[in-house]
Amino acid sequence: MKGVGLNGAINIMRRELTGYFATPVAYVFLVIFLVMTGIFTFYLGSFYERGFADLEPFFRFHPWLYLFLVPAISMRLWAEERRSGTIELLLTLPLTTVDAVLGKFLAAWLFMGLALVLTTPMWVTVNYLGSPDNGVILAGYLGSWLMAGGFLAIGSCMSALTRNQVVAFILGVVICFLFLLSGLPMVMNLFKGWAPQVILDGIAGLSFLKHFADISKGVIDLRDLVYFVLVIGFWLFANVLVLEIKKAE
Amino acid sequence: MIEAKSLCKRYGSFTAVNDLSFTVEAGQVLGFLGPNGAGKSTTMKMLTGFLTPTSGTALINGIDVTENSVAACKHIGYLPEGAPSYGEMTVQQFLAFVARARLIDSREVAGHVAEAVEKLNLSAVLQQPIETLSKGFKRRVGLAQAIIHDPQILILDEPTDGLDPNQKHEVRRLIQDMARDKIIVISTHILEEVEAVCNRIIIISDGKLLADDTPHGLIARSRYHNAVSMVVAGAEKVASALSELPEVASAELRDGELTLFPAGESGLFEAVTAAISANQWEVLALRLEVGRLDEVFRSITRPEATR
Repeated sequence: MKGVGLNGAINIMRRELTGYFATPVAYVFLVIFLVMTGIFTFYLGSFYERGFADLEPFFRFHPWLYLFLVPAISMRLWAEERRSGTIELLLTLPLTTVDAVLGKFLAAWLFMGLALVLTTPMWVTVNYLGSPDNGVILAGYLGSWLMAGGFLAIGSCMSALTRNQVVAFILGVVICFLFLLSGLPMVMNLFKGWAPQVILDGIAGLSFLKHFADISKGVIDLRDLVYFVLVIGFWLFANVLVLEIKKAE
Repeated sequence: MIEAKSLCKRYGSFTAVNDLSFTVEAGQVLGFLGPNGAGKSTTMKMLTGFLTPTSGTALINGIDVTENSVAACKHIGYLPEGAPSYGEMTVQQFLAFVARARLIDSREVAGHVAEAVEKLNLSAVLQQPIETLSKGFKRRVGLAQAIIHDPQILILDEPTDGLDPNQKHEVRRLIQDMARDKIIVISTHILEEVEAVCNRIIIISDGKLLADDTPHGLIARSRYHNAVSMVVAGAEKVASALSELPEVASAELRDGELTLFPAGESGLFEAVTAAISANQWEVLALRLEVGRLDEVFRSITRPEATR
């Protein structure tokens, strides 16, 4: 039975990926992603001027890049299906809602993985220029991909709430922004003074930035991995709930 | 077998479907008739598990759709309203996707796709993205995905909408060919369509079931059933003469055509022809009416509007 369920999700995933590359969406996204990472790394990150053989200036800007680029990918996941009516086709196939949510998420996540893989010339460059710690770089890639997964899961859930892609995009950016910043003083100051320490720690612990920074230092702590897996799991679960509630609405 | 049990669907204070119960058995082609907004599509969405009923339930071959929609969906082929499909995919890709999702053994996918393509004459557009196709082709792609796994139950929401008369004819023939051992439920507001393909008609309006009958049974409800219409010289004089006959309940003259409504079960036509030959009236046209479905439809769904 489990194998059958997975087949369903994989079939959806394949369809989604075919869809990405049948339209300009995939190519436009990949080009913009690569150009933006280049600009951030070399200009804002002072890749050469720093004189270190590492990819810190490359990874440092990923959270900010994802903040806008990932919701651009995720906004169409469900809103588009709702607008075109294909959601009715999809949800009356003999698949569970979990299959559909998982399949769509995996396709988008693999696509983000592809975008990251296409940045490997950066890694080749840094190895040509010096002798970086490739373990740290690998950890950076892993952290970045996990973080992209977190953003995607949030965006997918937001997309299920509406048939309007613009609304889905804005909701996605806002929620991602909150998760990104939750450890920073700007957010913490709102709670300081009245919320108990446990809640403060909890909010601080939700920050994408902090967990991403930990992983990309090369210290792969199980807690950071579990954090991202939980975030993804939570938002995908919420995504399934939203779809089920909309059915009964 | 489809069993709808007291299906209700409410959106806030608006009731889209109100306590709808019916059973459909194998071999039946059920036409779902009703004005726009009557609840036809909502009912179909509940039968296929896309919408959860506010109360009541539906059983598909004994499986409760609200409890086990995955198992129930396997028995169903469904053409949703507007025949939605993934526009960026080619016809081939789209049908293969649905075939795989329908859990057809992966070695059988190509065969099922080929069969559906042949039945709906899609081979010419197989490699074209669906969004570039005409409305008629899109509808046929929607029908092809609905029948791709040879389901026992077919639920088709307006299957011939947007097709030209030839394509309509082909789709109706396809439905008739499949009808023998299957259950087919189609919704439509084209009355000639239900007469052509259905052996049972359910009329709903404002979410309520108003009639459940065979096409013949419905037509027999028409006031025109067994009436006699004729075009005759001196129609007014003829009308008053014929009104005297005991078989004639009333006579109506409209656009030069005289229609006589029967008083009893039969005998009107014979009585009228006898009167014609006895009086030597100059008759240009004469016919026995079977009944008019559009008139029955109007009188059932808008009783206040019928005179």
